[in-house]
Amino acid sequence: MAAAPFDIPALGDPAEHPVPALKPAAMAESKPYLAAAAHQEPLGFPGELEEGWEKHAIALMGDKLSKFRSLQVFMDICVKCGACTDKCHYFLGTGDPKNMPVARADLFRSVYRRYFTTAGKLTPGLVGARDMTRDVLDEWYNYFHQCSQCRRCSVFCPYGIDTAEISMAARDIMDSIGQGQKYCNEIIGKVHKIGNNLGLPAPALLDTLEGLEEDILDETGVPVKLPIDVAGAEVLLVTPSADFFAEPHVLGLIGYAKVFHAAGVSWTLSTKASEAGNFGMFIGNYEQMQKISMRIREAAQELGVKRIIFGECGHAWRVAYSFLNTLAGPWDFLDPRYPVPQHILEFTSDLIRRKGIKLDKSGNEGMVLTVHDSCNVARGARMGDRPGGQFTIPREVIIASVPKFVDMHPDTICDKTYCCGGGGGLLTDELIELRVKGASPRMEALKDVVDKQGVTHMAAMCAICKAQFTKILPYYDFDREMVVSVHQLVSNAILLGDND
Amino acid sequence: MTIFFAVLFSVSTLVLVAGLGLKIAQYARTPAPLKIPTTPAPLTRPGVALRLGREALLFESLFRGNKPLWLFAMIFHLGLAVVLIRHARYFEAHVGPLVALVQPLAMPAGLAMVAGLALLLARRFLIERVRYVTGPSDLLMLALLLAIGVSGLAMKGMVHTDIVAVKAFFTGLMGFELRPLPADPLLGLHLLLVCGLMIVFPFSKLLHAPGLFFSPTRNQTDTPREMRHLAPWAAKLEEKG
Ligand code: SF4
Ligand code: SF4
Ligand code: SF4
Repeated sequence: MAAAPFDIPALGDPAEHPVPALKPAAMAESKPYLAAAAHQEPLGFPGELEEGWEKHAIALMGDKLSKFRSLQVFMDICVKCGACTDKCHYFLGTGDPKNMPVARADLFRSVYRRYFTTAGKLTPGLVGARDMTRDVLDEWYNYFHQCSQCRRCSVFCPYGIDTAEISMAARDIMDSIGQGQKYCNEIIGKVHKIGNNLGLPAPALLDTLEGLEEDILDETGVPVKLPIDVAGAEVLLVTPSADFFAEPHVLGLIGYAKVFHAAGVSWTLSTKASEAGNFGMFIGNYEQMQKISMRIREAAQELGVKRIIFGECGHAWRVAYSFLNTLAGPWDFLDPRYPVPQHILEFTSDLIRRKGIKLDKSGNEGMVLTVHDSCNVARGARMGDRPGGQFTIPREVIIASVPKFVDMHPDTICDKTYCCGGGGGLLTDELIELRVKGASPRMEALKDVVDKQGVTHMAAMCAICKAQFTKILPYYDFDREMVVSVHQLVSNAILLGDND
Repeated sequence: MTIFFAVLFSVSTLVLVAGLGLKIAQYARTPAPLKIPTTPAPLTRPGVALRLGREALLFESLFRGNKPLWLFAMIFHLGLAVVLIRHARYFEAHVGPLVALVQPLAMPAGLAMVAGLALLLARRFLIERVRYVTGPSDLLMLALLLAIGVSGLAMKGMVHTDIVAVKAFFTGLMGFELRPLPADPLLGLHLLLVCGLMIVFPFSKLLHAPGLFFSPTRNQTDTPREMRHLAPWAAKLEEKG
């Protein structure tokens, strides 16, 4: 790896929970590119910061407080106990005290106190209340874009205070006064205009799918199809557009196709809903999140499918599992025998259990796997019909596909999992230092099992995780191809041809 | 002194009850538009009640997050709980069974409460990260609680107060009848601080007590696919759009 223009955090022993000393303002300059008017206006946000934005921001804050109980309650009840201070991967990776969840939340809370509480109005100094000023706004912009909304802090907070909720609210307020983030808003624009985050137009999509069908045929001799816009199919598959585009994502897509083929279930992709991701959540905007979700409803109705299944993507699964019914339901026109939506891992694990597909572990000969629990799946959603299914189901599928599986340190998996460092709308090049440093707790736990247990690969079930790891692994002297899709493993192991 | 405290206690009680009532009403009124329980989460209401019970009584999440802090918090809160129960004897004509039960624990509980507070205060100075997030109000709150605890313990252990008269004062007050309060400076200080605490309660982080039960990451069932969850304002949005 070429020398990076910043220090790479040293990796310790995950069992010792190394916590850095405070390095005030270490990341004060880290911020994503500002959205231009061309990215803001199509979403209905002002093109730039307008005269009187301070007042407007406070009014918006009041509106949010009255609409989101989470925000109102979280603003009041933090006792500054500090239990969350060593839980955020961005703090652990950077040492910047403002990346401690409570300190991040306080950037917002200080303004809340000034304008919405008696104590803050009477004695601002005593309770750390601040006026809304340009400096405060800049601080918001920088540090609320150093939160991947991974919710790890909420696991350990005695009151469940979820800093992700506060980041979302802050970002929505900033968008609405004209201080938006380019990466997210540009992508949301593409979803509305073209249908997916990557801006792949329908003809390119069709081309790609045809190419993949040929590849599979060459490799296996089996005509596995990747259908798109097929009316009357049983299943609509909604998957992150990265699955059409880059490795290891696309190898996962091939895996889904093989599973559908082997199970004999008719399925289709959709050009209209050619994106599972929903960046409306990252920017904390309910209306955008709903608008993006409605594409899926429309596609399902137009194609007349009976079920909806989501491909591997962390935040997409959170929005799908937890919010889709709210945002785009009710789903009474689909087959009531299946939950709406389903995760592809629920579908595949069910087939494995019922012996509806056959797997041969030797397809993954020589691989020792571990798994990265995507934080949005782990702490913001579920799979299966029991709490914690989001941990057991992916493991079942991986274990059925590979010769050896090892878990990472228990404090870094399941609901204590660390974010990959690139989630929450931060997967953009100008934030590379933050992304590399924020990945260090995950890298620490990975290195531990690589060194001690001979792990060769890490499976991920999220498009952003996969893209992030592919990019940052080399900074820690790992091979970028170490990260694999869960369904890539299934793809290597599945026996095609005889599906009786 | 008697009249002063009679008025002050009435006002403080009013502020506490009304302030808390308003805050709780606000929390209850504000919708939670999305399902955001921190998962894995219970699938049923009884499951949620159990989760909240474990959080309120055992500080489950804190235990997972920070063991020493959990211990300090437990010492303080358990001590406080016993001390509060003991104080019921100043307000009821006949001492109830619970109050009698904790009778032998009174002194240890008071000491535990003060020790817990001292530990909580010390870590605010000693741990760099905690020092960073500590504001003046956080220190003042601990100091206030400590002063209440120490003045109470002092009356119990060293400078005894006429507690029969104190009881007469409070039971009288509850029936809107003035009975003399002993003119004891330590008692005066203790009561003054308690009134201060009651008044700041609804305006401070002490709201964590009722707030926990309204925290959507802890009080929601994990049933978004089974049941459509829709806030009134979101439903209106749907009609419009
Ligand atoms: S753990 Fe919760 S209550 Fe404690 S400081 Fe963090 S956010 Fe505040
Ligand atoms: S949500 Fe995740 S990234 Fe954000 S403050 Fe909490 S732990 Fe850090
Ligand atoms: S990219 Fe993966 S680990 Fe990171 S925030 Fe998303 S789901 Fe979490």
